[in-house]
Amino acid sequence: MKIVLFISQLILFIGLAPLLSGLITRIKNNIRMRKGQSVFQPYYNLAKFFSKGEVVSDTASWIFRVTPFVVFSSSLAAALFIPVFIFSSPALHIGDFLVLIFIFALGRFFLALAALDTGSAFGGMGSSREMFISSLVEPALCLAIFSLSLEFGSTDITAFSGMHPVSVSSFAASATLFLVTLAETSRVPVDNQETHLELTMVHEAMVLEYSGRSLAIIEAASYIKQMVLFFLIAQVIFPIGLPAISGPVQSALWVLWYLIRIIIIAAAVALVEVTVAKMRLFRVADFLGFAFILGVIAVVCAVLGV
Amino acid sequence: MKVFYFLYGLWVLMMDIPGKQFFLFDPLSLFFLFVICVISLPSAVYSIGYFSPKGNPPAAEDSHYPPAKIILAWFLLFVFVLSMALVVTTNNVLAFLVFWEIMSLVSYFLVVFDTKHEKSINAGMIYIVMTHIGTAFLTAAFLIMYRYSGSFDYLAIKNACQTMPLGTKNTVFLLLLTGFGTKAGVVPLHIWLPYAHPQAPSHISSIMSGVMIKTAIYGIIRFVIFILGVNSSWWGVLILILAVISCLVGVIYALMEHDIKRLLAYHSVENIGIILLGVGLAMFFISLKLPYLAVFSLIAGLYHLINHAIFKGLLFLCAGSVYKATGTRDMEKLGGLIKKMPQTAVYFLLGAMAISALPPLNGFVSEWLTLQAFFLGALNVTGGVKLFLGICAAMLALTSGLAAACFVKAFGITFLAQPRSHYAKDAKEVSLSMKAGMFFLSFLTVIFGLAAVRIVKLLAKVAGAAAGLDISKMNFSVNNFTLSPQTGKGIYLSMPLLGLILVLLGLSGFMIYKLFSRRKAVIYKTWDCGYYKTGPRNEYTATAFSKPFRIAFSFFLLPYRRTQKVRESFYHVKSFTYETHTTKVFKKYIYDPMLALVFKTAKSMRRIQPGSIHLYLGYIFVTVLLLIIFMRNF
Repeated sequence: MKIVLFISQLILFIGLAPLLSGLITRIKNNIRMRKGQSVFQPYYNLAKFFSKGEVVSDTASWIFRVTPFVVFSSSLAAALFIPVFIFSSPALHIGDFLVLIFIFALGRFFLALAALDTGSAFGGMGSSREMFISSLVEPALCLAIFSLSLEFGSTDITAFSGMHPVSVSSFAASATLFLVTLAETSRVPVDNQETHLELTMVHEAMVLEYSGRSLAIIEAASYIKQMVLFFLIAQVIFPIGLPAISGPVQSALWVLWYLIRIIIIAAAVALVEVTVAKMRLFRVADFLGFAFILGVIAVVCAVLGV
Repeated sequence: MKVFYFLYGLWVLMMDIPGKQFFLFDPLSLFFLFVICVISLPSAVYSIGYFSPKGNPPAAEDSHYPPAKIILAWFLLFVFVLSMALVVTTNNVLAFLVFWEIMSLVSYFLVVFDTKHEKSINAGMIYIVMTHIGTAFLTAAFLIMYRYSGSFDYLAIKNACQTMPLGTKNTVFLLLLTGFGTKAGVVPLHIWLPYAHPQAPSHISSIMSGVMIKTAIYGIIRFVIFILGVNSSWWGVLILILAVISCLVGVIYALMEHDIKRLLAYHSVENIGIILLGVGLAMFFISLKLPYLAVFSLIAGLYHLINHAIFKGLLFLCAGSVYKATGTRDMEKLGGLIKKMPQTAVYFLLGAMAISALPPLNGFVSEWLTLQAFFLGALNVTGGVKLFLGICAAMLALTSGLAAACFVKAFGITFLAQPRSHYAKDAKEVSLSMKAGMFFLSFLTVIFGLAAVRIVKLLAKVAGAAAGLDISKMNFSVNNFTLSPQTGKGIYLSMPLLGLILVLLGLSGFMIYKLFSRRKAVIYKTWDCGYYKTGPRNEYTATAFSKPFRIAFSFFLLPYRRTQKVRESFYHVKSFTYETHTTKVFKKYIYDPMLALVFKTAKSMRRIQPGSIHLYLGYIFVTVLLLIIFMRNF
């Protein structure tokens, strides 16, 4: 029974991941007074990529071929850690919040290598920038987790997923996580998913040489990664949980409550993307420095107990 | 001088054997002995192929080693490993110093082994000066200890240290820290390390970086934690601060480097920092009387120590293979080696993943443990210390992020894309003995990742014995698969499961890929924006890769450019050279002024030494007179 629930949770999670991306794009378009594409566009895109042929560069080695699977594996492994309606799943004994960061690092490492593998200058540029941004993200993320750990006594993901009191510290931590998520999911002001302009692209530059099925798998992986990060923010920023009734009703309510939270965060991200201009690459260091300071504030608040 | 030391060591040996036991085989010594053996063995096997004239690129004809020199290398290797083994097992401070000195001298000879290169001689010079400054500090510390104990025996000194006044203890600690810090390459005493390590033959670099600098960590654990005993909390804090600085400085310099072996040497500075984070935390917790956390942190430090030995040994061997096959260590001239040297590439990739702390390899486990030690520690201390620990943890996270970036650069530029020069184009896979050495170590990176629980249990014994704490009631794991510290709730890490899941999910991705493979992938050239030809010159370089970091950390790196135009006439520029350099802050602002001062003093000393024998006789007379007065009156 537990296994069935667990698998259904995972499938729900993965299944809804592209929808989140579609939703953000739709909200962005609507804010810009455009009609916008269907929220299901990411699914159509994936279907299109899967049915198309694939071109592989002749300078590429097996690293380029293997990378989609490593990236996919790392995103999916991270998804296992997220409790949607199962709070004592066996997967949670695999690792904690910190493990999650390192798992993402695995996917990113290979993606950056694959970008260098084709010998294109775009790939190298994307790879260099991605590693630059991600390495500056790490300390802010670490401090956010640190303050959560101080507040909830553990780095376990379930520790802060239920009901918890409102505090300045967890608010600051979730603000830090929000900024980190903007950077990690290549959103404006750090990166822009919508552009293929060589001067600005970061993530898109890395996957420029991918096409067909491989591209589909990488895209799917980045949808899942985005979902995981949004879930983490949702768990921290909204302290309201549900009363502990067991059974399917409660589970369904949980899922619904999660979806509402995710939609709110998606709307916030869309709003940021529309209203803020993209930063120069070297301003990103300041942006992430700000995230770091927010993290310090979160820790200070946690120490003070507010 | 060396002969004298050696004879004296022998004499000490003779004098001590009848009465006391000369060797100490406690868990700490055995652990270090294990580390020494596990790295030296594959390195020795590797050196067979490395020294053989086969497989050298045609360009590097002159790099053949004559047979006599190979025998000398084997002899030096033997003495080197033996001296390290004796350093960690001796039971006597005097013998420790003697073996320590033999170790330093032999490694000096190995650094200058390639005497043809002027660089080697310079590197050796810096190394031997720095290492002797370190030894001087150690000698001073040991002499102070001797004054209180009246014996050179470890246990006698340990007992005497119980009654040592606090001020003296602090002095001894600082002396030991400076002495061992020099050997370990702690910033700002790291100056010799990036010069000396890359100049030695690669299997020696592997032993030096993998093992020799670890003997300094042994020294700190043995003499500070075990013998001296930690009772001021600022000791741990000082080590933590130095460790954080070492981590960041090491990795930032490594990012700027495009000599592949020097890049690895700078990473040794970084990783020594990570190891010292564990050791420093342990000292901090010992002084706060938190035994569980102390043991936990020390486990993290020791675990990272052996992990670093394994993956850094591996990476140096791989870098040596690249050097052997191509004749250059400059990454900007390499590229595309994954096709020429497929096996070396896999080993290097494993090493790079391990050092970047990627699951499921060994580096990840020890970094997770170190971070957990910070997180758990913060739950058990009060006030501002929490913030301090948090910032240290964040700096460790930054370090691991930067290390990952650096190894994307190191692997990507060296092994991927197209060859950037003829050096890389003509490379061939290295010989069997070299591959065997690399295979063994890369196998260990996987094993030490997956068998984390077992290793932590073993290390708990070592840590308990070293810190003098009882570990019988301490528990570090749920079962044989899952690590879980006793004090935190719900913190788990199961390496075998994590590895299994990553592999299974990767395979499922592959299945999905196969499921949709109606058309075969087309092999075509890289997209070139419609331009007709892209080549190696269009590829990203190591310098370009590290540019964002150079700009972000420019406040520390102080980069500057050198441009030079060669003109044929006013209108026609024939060639244009452009170089980017970074200022070595420590060399420029600490070591250069110090050296200048030394020379200045020497110059002014010259005035009293004009070469007149009458004057010298006068000096002797005055000295004798002064001595007689001194003896009479005091």
